[in-house]
Amino acid sequence: MTGVRHHIPDPLLVAYVSGSLPQAYSLVVATHLSMCDDCRARATAHEAVGGSILESCGTADLSGGLRQRVFDMLDEPVIETPRYERSGIFPAPVMEALGGLPPKWKSLGMGVRQSILSHDEGGSVRLLYIPGGQAVPDHGHNGLELTLVLQGAFRDETGRFGVGDLEVADDDLEHTPVAEDGVACICLAATDAALRFRSLVPRLLQPIFRI
Amino acid sequence: MLTSLSDQSLAALDAPVTVDRDTSVVREREKVERESLSDQTVWMLAVRDNRDRVAFGRLFDYFAPRLKGVICRSGMSPSQAEDVVQDVMLTVWRKAAMFDPERAQVSAWIFQIARNRQIDVIRKERRPVPEELKLPEETQEDAAQVLALDQETQKLRAALRRLKPAQREMVEKAYLGELTHSDIRDQTGLPLGTIKSRIRLGLERLRHELKEQGLT
Ligand SMILES: [Zn+2]
Repeated sequence: MTGVRHHIPDPLLVAYVSGSLPQAYSLVVATHLSMCDDCRARATAHEAVGGSILESCGTADLSGGLRQRVFDMLDEPVIETPRYERSGIFPAPVMEALGGLPPKWKSLGMGVRQSILSHDEGGSVRLLYIPGGQAVPDHGHNGLELTLVLQGAFRDETGRFGVGDLEVADDDLEHTPVAEDGVACICLAATDAALRFRSLVPRLLQPIFRI
Repeated sequence: MLTSLSDQSLAALDAPVTVDRDTSVVREREKVERESLSDQTVWMLAVRDNRDRVAFGRLFDYFAPRLKGVICRSGMSPSQAEDVVQDVMLTVWRKAAMFDPERAQVSAWIFQIARNRQIDVIRKERRPVPEELKLPEETQEDAAQVLALDQETQKLRAALRRLKPAQREMVEKAYLGELTHSDIRDQTGLPLGTIKSRIRLGLERLRHELKEQGLT
């Protein structure tokens, strides 16, 4: 995709390539990689480093039967895992997280909607739908927040984010994203802890909304 | 053209046939290029193109003990690590058609398969991976590009070897996923800068490659 201006920072990309990035963030990174050849090329270069380390890192003795066991299995039928394809604005990794179905939106009020894709102790990841011209409710977060634009655009104190752009916000950033006028802004957002929407939903209700 | 790299056409190369001058020059060049490829790439191409079990055995003997080594480092038990090694090597055999030596070196490709498998086992859910690039059905591989990537990777490896031991350890930890979250967020100690020029070279090539194929 051309025109992407906000990319994945290297430390995050290395964390993804190395497998140490929690699932929620990995989904956002994999989705950006599906939309941005620039970052895909950088990820591939990092994988080359990983491969070099694999080759030069030393060996461990294998137990006697492993080689034969693998050879015996070469002709076994393969069970194919289901594969998902991009659908509309949703790249394949998002479609996989959605299980191939359209998002189930839940209203957060004022036209803002969300669809939670996964939520566990490692973090949560959701789709957010913000009508054009509408502000994303003021919120703080306890750690890293990744927001990837899939449709429309938003602006906040740090700049403008259009389709394919990734905003990386740490807990220091108090930001108020506002969707640009026109088409609704749809984002994929991952946080490592429950988002705390201040103005929209009273804290007591947060466990119910799981935000 | 990588088809010309298969053993069959190599045999043809040695056969005393009469060819016109142009063809023999081309073949001579292709022979030189094939001889410069790393063993691992040659084995992997033989597995991909000829389903060559001997070549697969060589790949196994080379990569399986290394895979077990890095997987054990992550704290998996030896027997669980061997299960992962088994799955990874079977994937190498089954998905060999996906191996694209213009975009990834064998070790990088296997590294990524291993990471995916390891995470699937640990998290018990599939690791999110990017959409696959849709490549034209009949791409003719460019042997020069394959060789260039192969050699670039060998240079990268040499650059890694030249790192000071402490830096080298940091790089290993980073790429094997042994850094804590705070390490990742505060990666001042990671000597990414020292290998960045290598990564950048690879990057330029890959970006060029993507452009060539009309993917951007
Ligand atoms: Zn990017």
